[in-house]
Amino acid sequence: MFDKEEMKKIKQLKNEWENNVVQKTLKRFPERKDKFVTGSGKKVERLYTPVDLEESDHNKDLNFPGQYPYTRGVQPTMYRGRFWTMRQYAGFGTAEESNKRYKYLLNQGQTGLSVAFDLPTQIGYDSDHTMSLGEVGKVGVAIDSLKDMEMLFDGISLDKVSTSMTINAPAPVLLAMYIAVAEKQGVAPDKLKGTIQNDVLKEYIARGTYIFPPAPSMRLITNIFEFCFKEMPLWNTISISGYHIREAGATAVQEVAFTLADGIAYVDAAIKIGLKVDDFAPRLSFFFNAHNDLLEEVAKFRAARRLWAKIMKERFGAKNEKSLMLRFHTQTAGCTLTAQQADNNIARVTIQALAAVLGGTQSLHTNSRDEALALPAEDSVRIALRTQQLLAYESGVTETVDPLAGSYYVETLTNEIEKQALEYIEKIDKIGGVTQAIEKGFIQQEIQNSAYQYQKDIEESKRIVVGVNKFKIKEGSPKGLLKVNPEVGRRQVEELKKLKEERDNHKVKENLKLLEKTAKTDANLMPLILDCVKSYATLGEICDILRSIFGEYKESVKL
Amino acid sequence: MEGKKIRILIAKPGLDGHDRGAKVVARALRDAGMEVIYTGLRQTPEQIVETAIQEDVDVIGLSILSGAHTHLFPKVMELLKENDIKDIIVMGGGVIPEEDIPELKKAGIAEIFTPGTDTRDIIKFIKEKVR
Amino acid sequence: MEIVEKIINGDRRAAAKLITLVENNFSQAQEILKKLYNYTGKALVIGLTGPPGSGKSTVTDKITKILRGQGKTVGIIAIDPTSPFTGGALLGDRIRMQDLSLDKGVFIRSMSTRGHLGGLSQATQATVKILDALGKDIIFIETVGVGQSEVDIVKVADTVVLISMPGMGDDVQIIKAGIMEIGDIFVINKADKEGCERLATEIGMMLDLNQNKKWHPPVLKTIATDNVGIKKLLEEIDRHISYLKESGELEQRRRESAKKEIFDLIQEQWKETLSTFIDNGFLNKIVTKIVNREEDPYTAVEKLSNVLVHSYTQGGVKND
Ligand code: B12
Ligand SMILES: Nc1nc2c(ncn2[C@@H]2O[C@H](COP(=O)(O)OP(=O)(O)OP(=O)(O)O)[C@@H](O)[C@H]2O)c(=O)[nH]1
Ligand SMILES: [Mg+2]
Repeated sequence: MFDKEEMKKIKQLKNEWENNVVQKTLKRFPERKDKFVTGSGKKVERLYTPVDLEESDHNKDLNFPGQYPYTRGVQPTMYRGRFWTMRQYAGFGTAEESNKRYKYLLNQGQTGLSVAFDLPTQIGYDSDHTMSLGEVGKVGVAIDSLKDMEMLFDGISLDKVSTSMTINAPAPVLLAMYIAVAEKQGVAPDKLKGTIQNDVLKEYIARGTYIFPPAPSMRLITNIFEFCFKEMPLWNTISISGYHIREAGATAVQEVAFTLADGIAYVDAAIKIGLKVDDFAPRLSFFFNAHNDLLEEVAKFRAARRLWAKIMKERFGAKNEKSLMLRFHTQTAGCTLTAQQADNNIARVTIQALAAVLGGTQSLHTNSRDEALALPAEDSVRIALRTQQLLAYESGVTETVDPLAGSYYVETLTNEIEKQALEYIEKIDKIGGVTQAIEKGFIQQEIQNSAYQYQKDIEESKRIVVGVNKFKIKEGSPKGLLKVNPEVGRRQVEELKKLKEERDNHKVKENLKLLEKTAKTDANLMPLILDCVKSYATLGEICDILRSIFGEYKESVKL
Repeated sequence: MEGKKIRILIAKPGLDGHDRGAKVVARALRDAGMEVIYTGLRQTPEQIVETAIQEDVDVIGLSILSGAHTHLFPKVMELLKENDIKDIIVMGGGVIPEEDIPELKKAGIAEIFTPGTDTRDIIKFIKEKVR
Repeated sequence: MEIVEKIINGDRRAAAKLITLVENNFSQAQEILKKLYNYTGKALVIGLTGPPGSGKSTVTDKITKILRGQGKTVGIIAIDPTSPFTGGALLGDRIRMQDLSLDKGVFIRSMSTRGHLGGLSQATQATVKILDALGKDIIFIETVGVGQSEVDIVKVADTVVLISMPGMGDDVQIIKAGIMEIGDIFVINKADKEGCERLATEIGMMLDLNQNKKWHPPVLKTIATDNVGIKKLLEEIDRHISYLKESGELEQRRRESAKKEIFDLIQEQWKETLSTFIDNGFLNKIVTKIVNREEDPYTAVEKLSNVLVHSYTQGGVKND
């Protein structure tokens, strides 16, 4: 980005500065540590200068916002046009209770919904399954049938909000329920805005709510791609997630690499069933983590955008601009938040949210201060939401596009992360793709190694966690934590019993039979699942049918 | 032949998929010279107790971060009692609210380790308890 | 002898505890094993070996389910390596056998090698007997993923199944180098993967070079995760066992197994005796002499051996 003569001069001056000025200072005043590293353990130099960007090319590597390779953002005006969507992940207990929380959040200025389901729902069990004992409604809302879903969105107009649903293995069932609720409200599918997570590969890797083996899972995922291309043009058909990979312990580079590798597998799968890349790729979306190291994280988002654009263009020959754009949701890093001195978490979340905004996120969840203690209490989640509003309205960082571009350090980090992530992707290609790399346990083991290193660094005080291994105090018990009503389980089971008495069981049976038959062919299952949910077949009944035909996935752990 | 080695079962009961902590603890215990049996996600209390019997472990370490501990931890204790097993130490870890801990200890859980725990404290605890 | 009684009556806890005793304190366990020996010899022992991740545990899981359907009981010994640095081990084979954990007709024990070379642990042979006495009809031994020298399984098992998979790259060399001879049945698992045919041909060719044996090892393809080819594998195991019985090789193998056990045990006991010497400072004195050039190490060892033999026959080593 600098001409040759100038570069030479800078190099020479830098050498002089190092040999004279720095050396003298170091003698009198040594640095705090021998080695400085980023939050992910990458070496950090004392100073970055144009010399580090000698190979960079402004027009090729950065270009302008809204232009290939989108390093500087996917829209030309970014937050000058519209802020990111403020979207707090929420849900617990019954549909009724969660509905109340959604309305509270919308009243407080939240601009989109994000639904957290309980574990039985995410694993395709009804509330009365033996494995559901003690788990119903505990960490998300319990949904057994369309009836619960109707309650969940009661009084919320689905043509006005956009909704994100963290649901993966049973994604087609919950998407079908959402469509059915909207229909009852008089809202057609092509008006619906939102996102379904629908990313099973990272469930195998890092999140754990898988049901079916890879092949049938890929089929269900691409069924949604195809269905939405025809019926729901505004819907994000998948949220390819690095968030959970990072939370499981990955580094920034691993987060980018494994997420984009998953993305490649989904694109491959969709092409394989005959979809055209420019038909489905514009509706792919992503989900990343915002960890502690502010500048490394900003660089990570920029690197991910650039790398994905190149992959789509060069590897898949995508032509549509929208296919090249990596749009993403961000959540702050729960794993950095501590049980000790929980209010300190507010400051951590602020820094992390700032990284997401400086990195050009499209939507954001800010974690609550009580993260390591319980699901967020109402006043904690309000502070978390206010943190976003404060960044949007008071901090000033939203007034220009990609404000950190041109920082020698940030640009260098962006280049390095892109390069190292690409190296990982090439390694995975060599293994034979992501599914193989998962089966071999390669990806999981890489993450576990990083997670273990992270823990050891804390224990050896190589990594300082304020309030945990430094600046400790004696504390009383935390107060005002959210407690889920223990009666939820019983109530869900009762409701389920009632439902099964009231619904047209003959119709349910017929629909399930048809689903069973079709699941054995390779037809798209979405329309049949839609019929099933509309007749009030339960989530568990539908998933049981699919389980009986697809089999169940067994985790692959390499210790 | 060689002397006694501490054997421990690290188990994830219920539907909880949070395994970062369990795996970190498992590795730390291995590096402290113990034999660690890990059985993966979604274990029922029955599976856990039967595995503990066959593997003749000294310790069962249960890890739950999803709030189902109030149901699943005591269930494991109950089954141990039913099988007349008194010589296995059971400890737990994860996101466990402070107010639940007395109840769990009353059920027979020897100790609960919550977020921020130094794995060296876990190792020390085990070595003191297993003699 | 209460514990022996318990085990032959199917008490899983008693069996598990005896295995632990074998691992931790053999001389104590020995007294019980002596009495248990009468109740052993019925079970068939099948070894499963092959490179890491080739599907040994998955195959064991599936084959056990079929055997259970036929009413047979199964014991499984799954061996993983001990870390040479820390002495600890992570034992994870059970993850693949989760469904078996509640079946009372199946007993699974994970073990680490505890420094023992050859792919098994020191306690393996005694554990086979314990599971045999516990009433298990078939006992599977899953060895640590093979390198080149982990071939002890051949001396312990009646039938050795060598499980490989396509796409191993250099690992094929390993198979060629050391362990081809030990397989009675060759399984190419993960037949859903590319390269299966090629590997089958390669293995077939290598086997053809070894045509002098009476038993021609079959080469099978399986997809363990989907239960494909497992029945056939079981049939081939049956066929091999019949062959062993008819040809008299079964007895031959069991003699080998007994020999190995004797050797192992004697070595172990001598090691222990030797370490008592070390503890008693006896060895230190000799070392000092050698270092001071008062004696050469060869003469010293000769003398030492004499002393050891003598004191062993006198019952234990006395202080110098
Ligand atoms: C990382 C994380 C995730 C990752 C998990 C990745 C993985 N593979 O493990 C991801 C992003 C996938 C995830 C997902 C979810 N999460 Co989460 N997650 C966390 C988080 C932020 C950190 C946990 C962690 O790994 N910490 C690092 C490790 C090293 O620490 P640790 O597990 O606490 O272990 C230490 C001790 O607890 C103890 N320990 C733990 N286990 C054991 C076992 C033994 C034997 C011993 C001795 C000690 C011990 O020692 C360890 C070392 O110090 C916590 C909040 C927090 N800060 O604690 C929420 C949290 C646990 N998650 C929560 C929820 C709700 C979920 C979801 C269920 C949300 C949803 N509805 O979908 C999902 C679903 C996950 C699933 N399948 O079960 C809630 C649980 C609420 C509750 N219990 O009331 C929490 C508390 C956040 C919150 N406040 O809302 N999560
Ligand atoms: N595609 C495919 N995967 C398989 C097959 N059999 C096993 N696997 C997978 O391969 C991985 C390793 O299987 P294991 O059964 O644990 O292999 P192992 O030989 O016991 O491994 P170690 O004990 O670690 O040496 C797991 O992820 C299995 O799901 C198969 O036939 N096809
Ligand atoms: Mg195995």
